Amino acid sequence: MSLVAFFVQHRLEILQSTGEHVWLVGLTMLFSIAFGIPLGIVVTRRPWLSKPILGGANIAETIPSLALFGFLLPVPWLGDRASRMTILALTLYALLPIIRNTAAGISSVDPAVREAACGMGMTGRQILWHVELPLSMSTIIAGIRVATVLTIGIATIAAAVGAGGLGEFIFRGLAMVDNRLILAGAIPAAVLALSADFLLGLLERRLRPASSSARSRAAQTPPNSQQIAGAMGS
Amino acid sequence: MTPEPDREPIIEFRNVTYRAPNGDGREADILHSFNLKVLRGETLVLLGRSGAGKTTALKLINRLLEPTEGEVLVEQKSTVTWDATTLRRRIGYVIQETGLFPHYTIAENIALVPRLERWPPKRIEARVDELLSLVGLAAKEFRKRYPHELSGGQRQRVGVARALAADPSILLMDEPFGALDPLTRTELRQEFQALQQQLGKTVVIVTHDIQEAVLLGTRIALLDAGRLAGSFAPRDFLDSNEPLAATFAAQLRELGNLRAAKESRKPGGSS
Repeated sequence: MSLVAFFVQHRLEILQSTGEHVWLVGLTMLFSIAFGIPLGIVVTRRPWLSKPILGGANIAETIPSLALFGFLLPVPWLGDRASRMTILALTLYALLPIIRNTAAGISSVDPAVREAACGMGMTGRQILWHVELPLSMSTIIAGIRVATVLTIGIATIAAAVGAGGLGEFIFRGLAMVDNRLILAGAIPAAVLALSADFLLGLLERRLRPASSSARSRAAQTPPNSQQIAGAMGS
Repeated sequence: MTPEPDREPIIEFRNVTYRAPNGDGREADILHSFNLKVLRGETLVLLGRSGAGKTTALKLINRLLEPTEGEVLVEQKSTVTWDATTLRRRIGYVIQETGLFPHYTIAENIALVPRLERWPPKRIEARVDELLSLVGLAAKEFRKRYPHELSGGQRQRVGVARALAADPSILLMDEPFGALDPLTRTELRQEFQALQQQLGKTVVIVTHDIQEAVLLGTRIALLDAGRLAGSFAPRDFLDSNEPLAATFAAQLRELGNLRAAKESRKPGGSS
């Protein structure tokens, strides 16, 4: 049976798994943005907290994902439902790029602009909302973009603890030595990753202030091919 | 115009010392026992070499910095007892790099303080148009443009308009024309001089340019390594015996010829 015929035959299953996958990734991004952006702001406001926050997020990033799922399994409330645990683990991974880019975006705001804002009598909160966040929005979106592509890849591993998603096909395919099954998980995951990358990239460019195109964009590590390959291979 | 001693000071430095860690981490006095009165309506120039403490003195006025010792009075009230936000909104502030918000249009940049002060939109709009024409920019043409679409001279004009927006009685300017090419600088200085005569604000300008000091100032306060070396009327400054003042004055005479030659060689500046 050809691959196309296989896909057509299993379209409902594939669609359902893709739906599960999008749901896992969507909730993960919601949580990681809700925590990541405020943490990134804290990093710029309280320098003494920057090491513990960035260090913590860095450490979370280095734990192998399969091991992290294993650690979380026996945790009382979390371990009861595979999806709860998965979303927590994925959120921990997604935090670092968002925190780092939020902090980098805010720090890269022209000091003269900040000084003028302060000298004109804007309060710290007004400077944050009306100056710093709007000016760093494209850098923050770049972080969200990296985090989203990363999450789509890692979420396939969540199937190992029974959270569903496109990883189901991949693990089944591995067990049954059936490449078609593996591809039924890997191809939709890659398509998801590429579309998220494209759409968020569009948003990122749209939000970039026209005058800052010449400014250093070092903070915006574009999602590289390795991560997309990760989405396909894992 | 020399200041009459009976006019009330609107800004006063009383024995102000400002101490901060310098390059090698040790504490150093950037300003030391600094005393100075700025009278209502005068244009005081803070003149000195780089690192003399000019900008520090300026930032002490709108409480971007607070004195380590002594106090700075604005309208007879110490800056630390003023609410910082209220104080700053009553003082116009112009810096060399303009600090215009790149994501705001020219109109939005100028309207910043009036908007913070919640003026009605109609009044803000009228004020923006008025200010744009005051600084010599056509309102229709510039309202909707963004700072990066303007030349350096135009941006600095907008910076001045923004500082004047809420009609503050004090205007602080930190090397306002320092980043401009010589021709534009001369042009803007002359325009500012006219503007100042028209508005009659109290202005404090920081500069290391003796030409600018003599042209714009009604009084020149000379700073040397964090201390006040003297304050002079521009005319007296050129004949002063104070060594640093004499150095600056000599430089002015020397540069007079040199700069004239340089500017005549330069083919047309941008504005």
